[in-house]
Amino acid sequence: MANAPKRKRTEIFALGNEAVVEGALFAGCSFYAGYPITPSSEVMEIMAARLPRTENGVFIQMEDEIASMGAVIGGSLAGRKAMTATSGPGFSLMQENLGYACMAEVPLVIVNVMRGGPSTGLPTSPAQGDVQQARWGTHGDHPIIVLSAADVPECLEMTITAFNFAEKYRTPVILLLDEITAHTREKITLPHEKDYEIFNRLVPSMPPEWYKPFEETVRGVPPMPPIGSGYRFHVTGLTHDDMGFPTQRPDEVKAIIERLHRKIDQFFYDIQLTQEYDTDDAEIVVIAYGSVARSAQLAVSQARAAGVKAGLLKLKTLFPFPKAPVVTLARKARAIIVPEMNMGQISREVKRVNNGLTRVRTLNRIDGQIITPSQILKAIQQV
Amino acid sequence: MSDVTQLIHDYLRHNKKFPHVFCAGCGHGIVLGSLIRSVHALGLSKDDVALVAGIGCSGRIAAYVDFNTVHTTHGRALTFATGIKMANPQLKVITVMGDGDAFSIGGNHLIHAARKNIGVTVLVLNNFIYGMTGGQCSSTTPLGAVSQTSPYGQLEKSFDIVKLTSAAGANGVSRGTVFHVNTLDRLIREAIMRPGFNLVEILTPCHTQYGRKNKFKSAVDMYKWLRSNAIPVEKYEKLKPEEREERIPIGTFVQNDAPGLEELYAQVRTAQCAKERKQ
Repeated sequence: MANAPKRKRTEIFALGNEAVVEGALFAGCSFYAGYPITPSSEVMEIMAARLPRTENGVFIQMEDEIASMGAVIGGSLAGRKAMTATSGPGFSLMQENLGYACMAEVPLVIVNVMRGGPSTGLPTSPAQGDVQQARWGTHGDHPIIVLSAADVPECLEMTITAFNFAEKYRTPVILLLDEITAHTREKITLPHEKDYEIFNRLVPSMPPEWYKPFEETVRGVPPMPPIGSGYRFHVTGLTHDDMGFPTQRPDEVKAIIERLHRKIDQFFYDIQLTQEYDTDDAEIVVIAYGSVARSAQLAVSQARAAGVKAGLLKLKTLFPFPKAPVVTLARKARAIIVPEMNMGQISREVKRVNNGLTRVRTLNRIDGQIITPSQILKAIQQV
Repeated sequence: MSDVTQLIHDYLRHNKKFPHVFCAGCGHGIVLGSLIRSVHALGLSKDDVALVAGIGCSGRIAAYVDFNTVHTTHGRALTFATGIKMANPQLKVITVMGDGDAFSIGGNHLIHAARKNIGVTVLVLNNFIYGMTGGQCSSTTPLGAVSQTSPYGQLEKSFDIVKLTSAAGANGVSRGTVFHVNTLDRLIREAIMRPGFNLVEILTPCHTQYGRKNKFKSAVDMYKWLRSNAIPVEKYEKLKPEEREERIPIGTFVQNDAPGLEELYAQVRTAQCAKERKQ
């Protein structure tokens, strides 16, 4: 077989969920633990086949989503880039351990392919109902990074971005997809190693006895060694001091919680990703994310063709909410339209930062059907 | 320094961790001592050991000892431990959990970890009660026992941890008490060295929340109770059924040497990677 040509596939026809796997493996993911749930299961199935074919890959199916999240945290603590994928009900089960990962600053990626809810809801229909759960699902005050993707190539790109943010900021990152994106097949180009910069977590270089696992640093992100590498430290979900030991001293409590916020806050410019189409002179701006952004893009170009100055702001980062581009557009535009497949979870954020600058119109659909370009076009023409 | 003091000095963390949270008469410190002696006797380095603990009094053990320590969420220690072991099979992963932790909130994880035979050593510190939470009954509280949430006596039957774990498929299952320390040292040593999933149930008294409400006048009475009721399983099996009442068998109940899940997985991966290279 030595003379056989090496298989080279640079372009594949892939599901959104498959693109997530490609992105994850490209970003260096070598640990997956999960529990199957529609419409995210393909991520797990493909991981089950792919990871054992890589050098150090670990795949494990756990007994439920709580366990999956625990295992992913364990895998990450042991030095792996770790990931799990789920849907709404499973995401709810993960919340306690997700909060733990925020508190203990464990980098990992959770993909939530949203389905209709509440409860078991609409397992195979599209929805965007978990946006605020992604932001506020756990208990207590902590920042979190939530990303989304509008099409299959973006699934790949945003998964890589999710891993990069997780490693760079030592924090869990949530990637929200909707069923349409996850189950659409499109051509994707598998990335070449030069296409994306890949970030790996900072590991300590000082002697172990000097190492402080939760130390204040300029970036707010302390280095993190894998368990077993000679740097022994304590990890806990309790409020802890810079050595990781539980504390209730107000000054130490304040310091850690503030650092958790600051390490995300001060890098807003890096984290808040958006894309604008035809917004330079737009009088009507559509703000959309996920598969709805694709409908919106078509609607905007149709509106342009009909002589209406419309534009699109596509949100790739949902949280921290990209305030600056929204405010900039709100100052110029006559109206903002926010179409989404929920009762108004991002329009709430848009209204918050808009704060009276312009008119904000919502366009909601919760019947398990997609928001079509014509619906958005109609809304554009109405305002 | 005596040998014991020297060991304590070598393995405990001395900055800001003491005084510890355990009450007078608590058995948790004895378990910690036994664990340290076992690790030391096996010649493991501190970096070889990852100690994963749950929530409650037993969960606090992790903070005091200088291993790689993870204090997890309630009932989930085994899920974290599974992740760590799969990610780095070289580590000796040991979990410390209370009875409520392991068999109430974490019951599902425990039976599945045993079924999967993941290479983790589990120490269940069974004191029949939720201690730190304030003395509510757990799934091992004996019938009739009084607790904050069974003020008129526990009506539910309790789990037999040994039988449950054996039935779930664990490689090693044993039971010890904090009174029979030498036996406990041996059981923990064996559990750490045996492949696959190994569980040691450790009977440890909680006088503050359990004993004083259940007719034990002092913590010492609880130790006396352990001394007079626990007997080696070999002897226990020779007793007539009517003599067995109130008696607690201690020792090793199950010992297999099936490879752990992480080993089986590594074999599959090696085979698949070899195939991949050929293509």
